[in-house]
Amino acid sequence: MSEPIIYDLSAPGRSGVNLPAPDVPTAPLPNELLRDDLPLPEVGELQVVRHFVRLSQLNYSIDTGLYPLGSCTMKYNPKINEDAARLPGLAQLHPLADPESCQGAMMLMHELQSWLGEISGFEAVSLTPAAGAQGEFAGILMIRQYHIDRGEPERDIILVPDSAHGTNPATVTMAGLRMQQLPANAAGEVDLDALHEACSGENAGQIAGMMMTMPSTLGLFEPNIAQVIERVQSVGGLMYMDGANMNALMAVVKPGKLGFDCMHYNLHKTFSTPHGGGGPGSGAVGVNARLRDYLPGPVVRRDALPGDAAADDEVPSARYDWHMPSKSIGRLKAFAGNFGMHLRAYAYIRAYGGEGLRQVTRCAVLNANYLREKLRGEYALPYDQTADGARRYCGHEFVVRGAFDDAPGVHALDISKRLIDYGFHPPTNYFPLIVPEALLIEPTETESKDDLDKLAEAMRSIAKEARETPQLLQDAPSTAPVRRLDEAKAARQLHLCCPAARPGA
Amino acid sequence: MSYIPHTAAETQDMLAKIGVASFDELFDAVPAGQRFPTLDLPPAMSEMEIAAEMLAISEANDHAGDFAMFRGAGAYHHFIPSVVNHMLLRGEFYTAYTPYQPEISQGTLQATYEYQSMMCALTGMDAANASHYDGATSLAEAVTVALEVSRNRRKKIILSHAIHPQYREVLRTYHQGKDIRIIGDRGRGELVDLMEMLDSNTAMVAVQYPNFFGQVEDLRRLADTVHASGGLLVVVANPLALSLFTPPGEFGADIVVGEGQPLGIPLTFGGPYLGYFAIKQRLVRKIAGRIIGETVDVEGKRAYVMTLRPREQDIKRERATSNICTNQGLMALAAAVYLSLMGKNGLRQVGELNYHKAHYAAAQIDRLDGYSVDMTKPFFNEFVVACPRPIAEINAALLDAGVIGGYDLAQHYYHLPNHMLLCVTECNTRAEIDRLVDILEGLR
Repeated sequence: MSEPIIYDLSAPGRSGVNLPAPDVPTAPLPNELLRDDLPLPEVGELQVVRHFVRLSQLNYSIDTGLYPLGSCTMKYNPKINEDAARLPGLAQLHPLADPESCQGAMMLMHELQSWLGEISGFEAVSLTPAAGAQGEFAGILMIRQYHIDRGEPERDIILVPDSAHGTNPATVTMAGLRMQQLPANAAGEVDLDALHEACSGENAGQIAGMMMTMPSTLGLFEPNIAQVIERVQSVGGLMYMDGANMNALMAVVKPGKLGFDCMHYNLHKTFSTPHGGGGPGSGAVGVNARLRDYLPGPVVRRDALPGDAAADDEVPSARYDWHMPSKSIGRLKAFAGNFGMHLRAYAYIRAYGGEGLRQVTRCAVLNANYLREKLRGEYALPYDQTADGARRYCGHEFVVRGAFDDAPGVHALDISKRLIDYGFHPPTNYFPLIVPEALLIEPTETESKDDLDKLAEAMRSIAKEARETPQLLQDAPSTAPVRRLDEAKAARQLHLCCPAARPGA
Repeated sequence: MSYIPHTAAETQDMLAKIGVASFDELFDAVPAGQRFPTLDLPPAMSEMEIAAEMLAISEANDHAGDFAMFRGAGAYHHFIPSVVNHMLLRGEFYTAYTPYQPEISQGTLQATYEYQSMMCALTGMDAANASHYDGATSLAEAVTVALEVSRNRRKKIILSHAIHPQYREVLRTYHQGKDIRIIGDRGRGELVDLMEMLDSNTAMVAVQYPNFFGQVEDLRRLADTVHASGGLLVVVANPLALSLFTPPGEFGADIVVGEGQPLGIPLTFGGPYLGYFAIKQRLVRKIAGRIIGETVDVEGKRAYVMTLRPREQDIKRERATSNICTNQGLMALAAAVYLSLMGKNGLRQVGELNYHKAHYAAAQIDRLDGYSVDMTKPFFNEFVVACPRPIAEINAALLDAGVIGGYDLAQHYYHLPNHMLLCVTECNTRAEIDRLVDILEGLR
């Protein structure tokens, strides 16, 4: 049964809100500037509640089940963090408060800046980017400006591996630079010969930098990472790390210490801030010393105050203030970032501490490798050996081939849709692009062995069905609120707005 | 360990299944010299300790729960019906992600479609996307669309100085790598001055409605003039003001963008907010970001899905004009619930409360010796007050009396020393307004 659209619940004169009468004398309204009609629905409070509760029940979510959506890190979102975000001093704090009036919030941001720097080995961090894609944009703008300031504006090529997430090339274009794609070798790693070629001859002087995801979008650690970084930097390029996969790296390796110049964090992935049905995210950026003055602003600066603060709890030991870095690429959004996400990430790091975060990464990688072993033999596992044919472990996620030679009519999408019938969210489909029929699986550390076993069991059953009763997969899902959709119709006959919302409706 | 369910026995079983003796073996591809650094972070805390610490941080701020709030300037303290928060706390909504699998995401998809519809209703436009990061980035994305529409032949972007200063900064950040000129906002130009800058090289003109100083201007002539020159008119509108005032779609805006925060989203120190983006039908395929359309499933049942996907970065890669993927989905849900509750009459009532209270406050302040407010131009819930002293002094005195005063305009407009932008909403009681006026009177 479909849930009606909110406008279908409307009746003239109904209201879902109880507002006060004016307690001041009314002023005349400027009639010539007023609108005639406001086509919003008129619905009672309980009807609104039921409508949105019923809609919520049509969703799959982390709170209802395992959500192994690769590269999205769908881990548990702690409830205490939601409570914290609703405290009045955080939820009802104005972004243009005078610094004296928001020292608590600024302290929190300052601590988070320094913790993120510590986790990834960077000198300085800005929390302002609103999402990972904006963090990437900040990184590439910083690299661009760095070269301009050094008198090398001709450096406009950013190297991007062909396994990269689509945001990477789009970011390069947005920043006004050019992308040059690098192929992967047979082991799914950066092809060093191709990299040498790209960094040679006339090209060398035009290299602005390179974007890399670590572990790669195949979920694999790049064994030659040191050589890749060295090669790009030797011709004057800077190294950008896409930090989407940081859940595989905490207390395992610090990207800044490996030699990366810049990276973004996805607070909504690694640091558990909720994905919200598509956002908000938060995409802090970290940089080494040569880029710190270029960070997007404002950042929070801490100035120690004189006096013996330790002796008296009432005397603050520091004052926090906004700071625009001297060569900043500028503001990326109004105010200072998605603070509601900063405070949740702060509470999350507080719950774990340094050793706890190491355990997060260990268990995320354990879960992925365990699930991969459970699927071995049932599904093809591309790139599961190094270039020399040695055994290879995955990071926090892994790719399986969602197709079978002896079941030619079955595609990765069919396997995904059939998983819905088994009660699971599907993995990421058709990404990375370098694996045909890819299913990218990321279980995260908050899933138990029991649930991983159930997912593996479902995947095994589906592999069997693919050969015996492929129609079951091709018709799936059959248990979801709707069946497969006519996406072509949606794009051809654009219907983006309810007719009742149009003027004069 | 906090949110990790593994027992020691399970961990051992799992390592054995993989065929390794310890965790460390799983990381053998990481360069040995850099492997397993110590993280110098504060020690782990229990949930009780975290709750206490977050409360202490919260209490170290002066917030609208304890203070009478008269500051706006792009972020507003409004009443949020309780239902909004309860719906946002449905785990099925806030712990889901982008609806890549529409069969099990109809809740998010339909709610977003309803949000898009209600934003069309407010703005008078034909289509709205599922959101951008905030009002400022929506404006920056509008520039991208305008450049696209002219096939990058037109290189001039004209901005009113009465657009939020931070929005203009963000727009410049976004487009620093492009060969375009951004002009118009360095002086104090009126609308007629913007019209004089128009030429055949102008891709768009952007104005704010009500403008940053709170004034509501008639934009019909501007719209006609911009169109005559072949450019686009982009209007940055406060959606709550559109409860009362002519929607920009009606006077010819091509793109309407703005900050959706007044629609049921708390202040939260500046974010997460909601960048709304609405557009005319003929430009809809130029819109960036996610957009939800209605369709049917294989059985003919009505359903919703992300559409126009080929524009997006994950398919178009370096040929995409924007890299946005994660947006502000949960904030769009907040706005949808808020607008559903308020409805046609409730939203108008909120708009009128803002209007009347702001006009009452403005009239009372204008009467004070040493203070003046321009009462000749229409305004919504914000207005400029010329004060007899530096705003920092006034605000310090107000804060001591439990009042958060206006925004100091001299921070961005050097010709306006001793001028504050005051905001009065439905949340301000008459008693609060009278107290504000009394304190100001004592500060001549």
